[in-house]
Parts: sequence; structure tokens; C-alpha cells
Amino acid sequence: MRAATLFYLVLGAVALALPLLGVYPVFVMKLLCFALFACAFNLLLGFSGMLSFGHAAYLGSAAYVTGWLMATQGWGTLPGVLAGAVAAAGLGLVVGLLAIRRQGIYFAMITMALAQLIYFVCVQAPFTGGENGLQGVPRGEVLGLTLNGDIALYYFVLACCAGSFLFIRRVVHSPFGQVLKAIRENEPRAISLGYDVERYKLLVFVLSAALAGLAGSLKCLVLGFATLTDVQQAMSGEVILMTLLGGVGTFFGPALGAGIVITLQEYLSDRVGPWVTVILGAIFILCVLAFRRGIVGELQALQARRQARALSPGANAARDE
Amino acid sequence: MTMDYVLETKDLTREFKGFVAVNGVSLRVQAGSIHALIGPNGAGKTTFFNLLTKFLAPSSGTIYYRGTDITREGPAQTARRGLVRSFQISSIFPHMSVLENVRVALQRKRGDSFRFWRSERALAGLDRRAMELLHSVDIGEFAQAKAVDLPYGRKRALELATTLALEPDVMLLDEPTQGMGHEDVSRVTELIRKVAVNRTILMVEHNMSVVASIADRISVLQRGVIIAEGPYAEVSRNPQVVEAYMGSSAEALAGSH
Repeated sequence: MRAATLFYLVLGAVALALPLLGVYPVFVMKLLCFALFACAFNLLLGFSGMLSFGHAAYLGSAAYVTGWLMATQGWGTLPGVLAGAVAAAGLGLVVGLLAIRRQGIYFAMITMALAQLIYFVCVQAPFTGGENGLQGVPRGEVLGLTLNGDIALYYFVLACCAGSFLFIRRVVHSPFGQVLKAIRENEPRAISLGYDVERYKLLVFVLSAALAGLAGSLKCLVLGFATLTDVQQAMSGEVILMTLLGGVGTFFGPALGAGIVITLQEYLSDRVGPWVTVILGAIFILCVLAFRRGIVGELQALQARRQARALSPGANAARDE
Repeated sequence: MTMDYVLETKDLTREFKGFVAVNGVSLRVQAGSIHALIGPNGAGKTTFFNLLTKFLAPSSGTIYYRGTDITREGPAQTARRGLVRSFQISSIFPHMSVLENVRVALQRKRGDSFRFWRSERALAGLDRRAMELLHSVDIGEFAQAKAVDLPYGRKRALELATTLALEPDVMLLDEPTQGMGHEDVSRVTELIRKVAVNRTILMVEHNMSVVASIADRISVLQRGVIIAEGPYAEVSRNPQVVEAYMGSSAEALAGSH
């Protein structure tokens, strides 16, 4: 645990110092948004054992809601971003109510079908701007401080993402998180203990959708527009890739996975064009074949093996009772 | 009269696409007794259990718990009434610690299980009760181990401790000694006897010596139908029962006298 705390402290310090180091803030902000998106997705897949194939719907819809409210309705930054997250939560509630009645692949298929439905609504609805997207979203101000400067916005986004990250940790390590873990480990047993598992699944689904929505709202604020890219099926697949690559069920893995995927996209798209998709696909296959636990997951397993070896005489004795 | 019977079924039937797994079973379980349900493989014992605990819906028939019709309830709701089951294969939360396994059962009654914003340190208040339960089934020393690392017999003990944490009125045990070595069998039999004080137990069990030693009453199920019921001495002499057990288990039945 000590090492993890130290790691997060260093990470936090680096994140705070980044703008001073001359890194392009908009890129880091985009990265932070996707990191949050992946962590929200991981709350569902990694910590609750539910695979959603339609998480782009929450990211994209929240971006549209925030963008529309701020660009055309004159809403402020905080209410606009909050409204995006709330809208995503509402959407998550509806999708969750329908999907959690089924398990495994059927659950995934329902989330995917409903996400496609939402995608087509976004294509057709007048307020989204269709293929052109919703442009010219202002950044506004928070507590009287303008966010027009990249640095100010960077700290706002960083605060939101760090807060959400801590929130996810808390959810996992809460009484509620314990029940989620029990459900993931052995659902029939959790039912036989008297837990209405569907209500727990629904709540975590809504929380995950809300956080994915927050990521979408922040992304809209950073880039100043909301487009169909955020709501389409490919994005739902991308977040699965990010999460698996970094390490599903670990806290930091999805964020790392998001960082790798976004960085690759950013640097490769100019050089290899559409081949980016092929390269990401190859990485995905490699990940599934060679390091199934993801980067952080494999590192943790390595550490656990080392500890087990250090303790091995005692551990074996305990096992033989 | 119903009040003497904590659990009662009337003409309980479950069909699977033309195959009748449980056929018009009317069973009454007396409060405070240990009631065993025996029968050859495929007789419908586990299906019957799944019906009682609402993991399956019956095709027809009624289930009463303390005189209340619970036929249409959900499984979690029935569990909250105090009718708690175990499973045929040891049913634990494998990657949680032994202590956490019991704690997650204790946690339910506190009503804070939806509080996702609270620290799990709030659960530490349950640790003492959890340890008591673990000690009561002799696995207190393994509290910090991962449940999956326990040997098989200890896993079943953990399952029992988790069930006891709910302080159930009626425990339904599905083959509690299945797959156990001799020593574990006698340990678990003693445990069942111990926890049966002040509660009712309905158990599916294959091991006839276990049944003979602790069951007050026995019902024999064959092809979905109850063919005999009564105390062990009576049931084991029933020619129909002996015939049902012909072959593999006939000797076991006779040998346990």
C-alpha cells in the first residue's frame, strides 16, 4: 500500500507541474478525459463484472447536453458540466433497468443495441448538428475565474478527474463495494444472503454512466465541440481496449491504457493514417494473447508472486493447515 | 395446525419441457427439527430446493413459510424472511478473505449496503461478531486467508458460518458432506447438530450414516414424487425405499443400521 500511495503522490505532483514543463495542456486534458472515461468503464467491468458494449452513449450524450446548454442556452460551466453528467446518469438508469435483467453476453448485447439507438438519435436530432457536430462551445468560468486560458482549464479538468478517481476508489472500498464484490464473485450466493442483486447492479451502472458522462462533458469543454465520434460504436470498443490494455480491475490500469491509446492515436495518425486502427487492433490481440491481465495487472501479479516466494515456507504451512 | 410447520409445500410441481422433475410434492417440515430429504440421483432433490428458495418458479403448487404463502416471492426476499440455503458445491466468495465472507452476510441487516460514499472501515464494527462465527465453526485462525485457499472441508465450514451470520430460522443444506473425507464428514455432522439448536434444518444428504445419526424425520424422493416419510428406522425398512435404492446404494442403506 505504501508504494501505491507514493506512486499517486508523485503522479499528482507531476500532473500539477505539467503545464510548467511546457507540455501542450489540451493534449493532457484530452488524455485525462479519456482516463476518466476508462476508469468509469472499469468500475463496471473490473469491479462489478458487467461488460457494457455501449459506454460511448454516455460519453457522447453528456458532451452534447453540455455543449448544447452552454453554446445555445447560456448555461455556466459548472451547471453545464453537471447537467451532462446527470443526463448520462439518467440514460444509464434507463439502459440499466433494461439490461441488468440479463447476464453476460446478453447484457452486453442489450447495452450495445440501446447505445446504437442513442447514436441514431444523435445523428437525426436537430440540436446535435448531425454530421457537422455541435461547434463553438464556450469554456465559461468557474467561481469567477475564466477558463479561457488553457492552464486554468487544465487545473479545472485535473481537479474533476482526480476527484472522480478518488470517488471511484471510495465506491470500491465502501460497504456498497463489498456487496458488489460479493455479487461479482458469486451471484447466486449473494442472492441467497438476501441481497437484491439487481438493485446493486443498477446503482453501479448509473454511477459508471454518470462518470463516463462527466468525462464527455469535460472533453466537450476542452475541445469546444461535441461530435458523433464520441457517441459511436467504435468509441465503446476503444474504451474496452484501453481498460484491458492497462489492466481491468486495477485502479490505475485503465488510466494508463487510455494514455497509451490516445498517445498512439495522436502521434501515429499523422504518419500512418488509417493504419492506426490496425496497429491498435494488433496491440489488442497481443494483449489478449500474451498479457491478459493488462500492464498494471501483470505488474501486480509479478509483485504478488515475488511476495509469495519470499514468504513461501510459511504460506505452504498455512495451506496444508 | 400450520403453525407447527415452519415450511410447507402443497402439490408443488415443476416441469421442464415435458419432463416433470418435481411432481405434486406436499412436504411439511416441523419447526425445530432436522429433516432430511433423500433419494437417488436425479430424483428432483436439488430442483425441489431451488423451488423452496425461489431460484426456480414452480409450474404449480404453493409454498408456505410459517403459514404465509411465499410462492411468488423473489429469492432475496425469501432469504430475508429467514429461509437461507447453501449450495451443492461449496458456495463462497473465493477472492475475498475468510473474514470478509462472513462480514458481507452480517452487513446486510445493517442497512448501509447502498452507501457507496462511506468508507469500508465502517464495517470494522462487524469484525468481532464475524470472528465469533468463524470460531464457532473452528476456522477462526484462517480469518485473514483468502477463502479460495481453504481446504475443501473448511470451505464448507465457512459457508456454514456465512449462513449462520444471517441468523436464519430455517437452513436448507444441499448435500453438506458431499465430496468430503471421513474426518470432515464427522466434523460437519457435529457442526450441523450444533447449529440445529433453536432452528429448523432441511437437508439433502446422500450419506446414510449422517442421515441416520442426526435426522429426526426423513422424506424419500424418487422421480419427483415422495414415496415414503417418517423416522429413519421406519423409512429404511420400507420395501419401496429399498427398491428405489437398489444397486449402488442398497448396501449403504442396509450397512448403516
